[in-house]
Amino acid sequence: MTGVAVLTVALVLLPLFAIFAYLVYKGIGSINFAFLTQTPKPVGEPGGGMANAIVGSMVILSIASLLGVPLGIGAGIFLSEYGRNRYGDIVRFVSDVLNGVPSIVIGIVAYGLVVMRQKHFSALAGGVALAIMMIPTIARTTEQMLLLVPQAIREAAYGLGVSRWRTTLSITLRTATSGVITGVMLAFARVAGETAPLLFTAFGNQFWNWRMDQPTAALSLQIFTYAISPFDEWHRQAWAGALVLIVLIVGAVAAVRIVVRHGTLAAGA
Amino acid sequence: MSNQALPRPRFNAPEPEQEQKAALKVEITTAPPLRGKVSEIPDAVFGWAMRLCGVAVVALLGLIVYQLAVGSQLSWHAFGWKFFGQSDWNPVEDQYGALPFIYGTIVSSLLALVIAVPLSLGVAVFVTEMCPVALRGALSFTTELLAAIPSVVYGLWAIFVLVPILRQYVQPFLATTLGWTGLFSGPPYGIGMLAAGVILAIMIIPIISSITREVLTVVPQHQREAVLALGATRWEMIRMGVLRNARAGIVGAIILGLGRALGETMAVTMVIGNRPEIAKSLFAPGYTMASVLANEFTEATGDLYLSALIEIGLVLFFVTIVVNALARLMVWSVTRGQPARNIA
Repeated sequence: MTGVAVLTVALVLLPLFAIFAYLVYKGIGSINFAFLTQTPKPVGEPGGGMANAIVGSMVILSIASLLGVPLGIGAGIFLSEYGRNRYGDIVRFVSDVLNGVPSIVIGIVAYGLVVMRQKHFSALAGGVALAIMMIPTIARTTEQMLLLVPQAIREAAYGLGVSRWRTTLSITLRTATSGVITGVMLAFARVAGETAPLLFTAFGNQFWNWRMDQPTAALSLQIFTYAISPFDEWHRQAWAGALVLIVLIVGAVAAVRIVVRHGTLAAGA
Repeated sequence: MSNQALPRPRFNAPEPEQEQKAALKVEITTAPPLRGKVSEIPDAVFGWAMRLCGVAVVALLGLIVYQLAVGSQLSWHAFGWKFFGQSDWNPVEDQYGALPFIYGTIVSSLLALVIAVPLSLGVAVFVTEMCPVALRGALSFTTELLAAIPSVVYGLWAIFVLVPILRQYVQPFLATTLGWTGLFSGPPYGIGMLAAGVILAIMIIPIISSITREVLTVVPQHQREAVLALGATRWEMIRMGVLRNARAGIVGAIILGLGRALGETMAVTMVIGNRPEIAKSLFAPGYTMASVLANEFTEATGDLYLSALIEIGLVLFFVTIVVNALARLMVWSVTRGQPARNIA
């Protein structure tokens, strides 16, 4: 039976290594300066790149973070500091439910909320869709992290005459900073590669676009379009795009981890 | 991932006792205030702002239900319950039936479970019961890494690596050995229900195995020791002492994986073949609810067409919610009330 168990582990790890190996092998060969600086070329012309999609992804993710992070952390604070009761339980259950809603359904909602009103696809709609996906994850991890802060620390602050809001922000939240940021990064990494909710919100774009109310390219959308196309040149670029996407996600998470670790060390924690 | 999926045991933060507070107040009021009276307004504003954030989460769910319900009105009035029983999907004649998509979603997800469950259980058992401690962290890390890969990248890999392998080796083999069942017949395209099931399985293994692992670590050590003391072999110990105790939690983990598989869009859309047909053979192309939304939503020209698609979204929403709620309750029933897992 031990043999069987070892075999299952091997079977599970095999695709993981296959995916990473293939990604690096196919991707590295296709990434060049043009890929990172140019917009897509028309079909049949070699060259071109995904620069507009890389920037577009960053714009959409910034909008999502601006909307989702404060609301998510606020909901987390509510759950841990004000929600140790029936109302908190409702919010807790609802955010767990929201976590399980398929991303494509979130896309429909953002379509109805933003695209239908604006009458066209936009970066804003994509950002709203991704923000909706970030909120429940951030709320629950923030709550868990704030609950780890000992009650005595809060009471010490109250004892010094610090008001409750000041205690929550400067003492409780500050103590749990690294955990909260880790939660935010988890949510960020989860939505950064999302494609389904962007299909009919951000829609994609072959050109540069700097306006929030216009269709915007995103890396994940571009990978999808290129992958299902019949052109070898586009397949090659899809691999390159996938590699860039993963490097960006891992890079962003790692960067924040490092900053947070240094921050807490400096604070003497 | 596992953090959010598994509800942690909750505890109530102890509130300072009422009498103590009252006693304290008396003392403070007798002493001269240090720097004037502290205003209570900022506190109230902050408290209500945070409560508003909590309300916003609930409102978000309400908004989703509202959007889907309003959007699907037209289709509901036109087809009623027939929508779920008809397999005719014809935008030209404005005839819409969701049956092929519902069928495709269920079959691809079940196929994924058939492949993923034994493998995930194997990994979880190996990591908790047999694995050298040094390897344990690395293994959990790698399985969780699988969960961090975007689904579009899975799809990309599936198109260019998995599908050719299925077409050249796996499907001919299945057709010759199991072709008589009718499940593995027809031309081996590579792309189709089987490919969708396999890529879904690869995607849900990390979820099922990481939650199962957490559930297994909750099983008290003395259970294992008791079974071993009765003369059981290690395998019997795992089966009777560990797996049986964690049954409800394992089922919960599997259902959580199912919930993920039901709603998965991109990777499935890229390999399932996208044809709204109900075929017995797993080699045949199919379609899922999520894929039809991904492919046709932006192209839906008529109001009824769009409404029918939104109704599919509504169905998908309710199915995943029911499945997820069920799973959470089951995982909860095992892990709740056992916060002392490290002490045992």
